[in-house]
Amino acid sequence: MIRSELIQKIADENPHLYQRDVEKIVNTIFEEITDAMARGDRVELRGFGAFSVKKRDGRTGRNPRTGESVAVEEKHVPFFKTGKLLRDRLNGA
Amino acid sequence: MAEKTLTRMDLAEAVHAEVGLSRNDSADLVESVLQHVSDALVRGESVKISSFGTFSIRDKAARMGRNPKTGEEVPISPRRVLTFRPSHLMKDKVAAGNKS
Repeated sequence: MIRSELIQKIADENPHLYQRDVEKIVNTIFEEITDAMARGDRVELRGFGAFSVKKRDGRTGRNPRTGESVAVEEKHVPFFKTGKLLRDRLNGA
Repeated sequence: MAEKTLTRMDLAEAVHAEVGLSRNDSADLVESVLQHVSDALVRGESVKISSFGTFSIRDKAARMGRNPKTGEEVPISPRRVLTFRPSHLMKDKVAAGNKS
């Protein structure tokens, strides 16, 4: 399923809403999650999962082609942990 | 960096502010979006949200595990796990926003 299909499903269920508002609603939800993580916040959606930011320490990496050492700076990466309910549903519970 | 936890309520509030629907309707729509994403995943589909990321299902084979405390061997049954792969845009935003 891709974003446009998700928007279509929501639109079909909500005939009283304009399509462009449904688009805005779906986009707002995902943007809000991204923006929260960009601020370093967590987003916890019980039953679905939690989005958080993990810190990766700086390390000395190596250019695999030349074997040269390069310093890799500390960085922050997005992380998602599946919620219990969804994990159980995926396994037929 | 004051770390905060957002919930469904905050997402509904954002929808309410952005689209002007009532808080109740906004909350229902947030729930509905999460439900559709979950349902697709349970059907075994991946869910690809451009500029956000991709949720996909991976099948894990059965294997023998070990209870780390007792050293006892326990069978781990085959199972489906969900992985989320963030888009480049999200990775860039999160990296830029949390730079120390």
